[in-house]
Amino acid sequence: MSDRAADWTKGEQGIVYQCCDACGKVQYFHRSFCAACGTPDPVEKSASGAGTIYATSLVCRAATPETRAHVPYNIVLVDAVEGFRIMAHGDNDLVIGDEVTVRYQPFAGRLVPYFAKAK
Amino acid sequence: MSFITGVGLTSYGKHEGSSSLDLMSKAAEQAIADAGLKRSEIDGVLCGYSTVSPHIMLATVFAEHFGIRPSYAHAVQVGGATGLAMTMLAHYLVDAGVAKHVLVVGGENRLTGQSRDASIQALAQVGHPDYEVTLGPTIPAYYGLVASRYMHEYGVTQQDLAEFAVLMRAHALMHPGAQFHEPITVADVMASKPVAMPLKLLDCCPVSDGGAAFVVSRERTGEAGIRVRGCAQAHTHQHVTAMPALSELGAEISIAKAKAASGLAISDVRYAAVYDSFTITLAMLLEDLGLAKRGEAAARVRAGHFGRDGEMPLNTHGGLLSYGHCGVGGAMAHLVEAHLQMTGRAGKRQVRDASIALLHGDGGVLSSHVSMFLERVR
Repeated sequence: MSDRAADWTKGEQGIVYQCCDACGKVQYFHRSFCAACGTPDPVEKSASGAGTIYATSLVCRAATPETRAHVPYNIVLVDAVEGFRIMAHGDNDLVIGDEVTVRYQPFAGRLVPYFAKAK
Repeated sequence: MSFITGVGLTSYGKHEGSSSLDLMSKAAEQAIADAGLKRSEIDGVLCGYSTVSPHIMLATVFAEHFGIRPSYAHAVQVGGATGLAMTMLAHYLVDAGVAKHVLVVGGENRLTGQSRDASIQALAQVGHPDYEVTLGPTIPAYYGLVASRYMHEYGVTQQDLAEFAVLMRAHALMHPGAQFHEPITVADVMASKPVAMPLKLLDCCPVSDGGAAFVVSRERTGEAGIRVRGCAQAHTHQHVTAMPALSELGAEISIAKAKAASGLAISDVRYAAVYDSFTITLAMLLEDLGLAKRGEAAARVRAGHFGRDGEMPLNTHGGLLSYGHCGVGGAMAHLVEAHLQMTGRAGKRQVRDASIALLHGDGGVLSSHVSMFLERVR
């Protein structure tokens, strides 16, 4: 397993995406095939963690005790430089178009990707 | 050919002690009576789902409870688009001769049957379990994301969005069955508690108890002839992370197909019934459907365009935002109101001319769309 890329959805510090050898399309949600052309076994890659803010929503009303402890928290959609879109957390003052980089922060008992403005 | 031959709708708000089946039954009974039919004449049942009482076979649970033995029955699940998706299916079922009278029914005790937190949490599960839900988003947050982008691209402001909440509330004041009876202003919306910015409490529909039903028949059962003229769907994604660009959303695809199927244009429409889970949903859908130009829907609200006496009366019962939202039944109330308008039974809410209505439903996060034209025939 040591050659597997670090993946935040498995509690690790990394963002994994997939790239299709046949058609070149990238996808973020893991599948055993390329959703664009159906070719099996797209290549797993590690993202750089750099991207641009596509959308933001500051959550002020949460629905579970675990998430309520964090309000307000900013849910962001980031267009990664590699060409896929990811949902994550970010600084509360981020605006659409900001160039951002990722780090990882604890949230409701897990580690989640957290974006801040690129220096 | 198919006709909407009867409609039924409970009040929305609190129905303490009523189960989802109770609310479905109440609306169903009204709809069947409105169609002038007997229960035993219903040979098809389509129902939605209940987050309070989930069941893998809700249609037969309902049929047994209600006391009918249909020859065709199952549930349909497309989130907020479920009501119109069921109507579309019922239209094809009766047209194909599979059934003569299909009962379409939805109802849920979503407000008193579970905590508000439980409702919010249940709905958040439309998100991706691994890549989204773990981040703690809520349904308002999914739509908040879309709102931030739409406002950015088209110069729409929070005050613009507030206009839709004020309009729906003004309409609800005219309906005794609506959940809310206090007038609100743009300032009230702006000052309401932040939920998932840019959406505030009054930008969001409430959680309600309620039920709605209609009967879709092969032939008309009375004088009124309200027929499905044409309908279409579009499904572009499930999760907001996988949503296409704003210019490629499903509403534009489904309305184009529905126009082709019906041979109608937006200029033919006299009454609009459009899904309004949040103010942003209504603003976007009106513009996607061509009922307003990009970024101009709010200006049309301010000009009275969507009022009872305006050029395009919209959700005259108050919509999800102010009549209420009990899940599947929520958007079915839009069709019930359209039917009342088309048959001249809307009382003091009655519009001048509702001869052709456009209905549109949205499920998920602008994921699933159903557009439908209803027409009154002599």
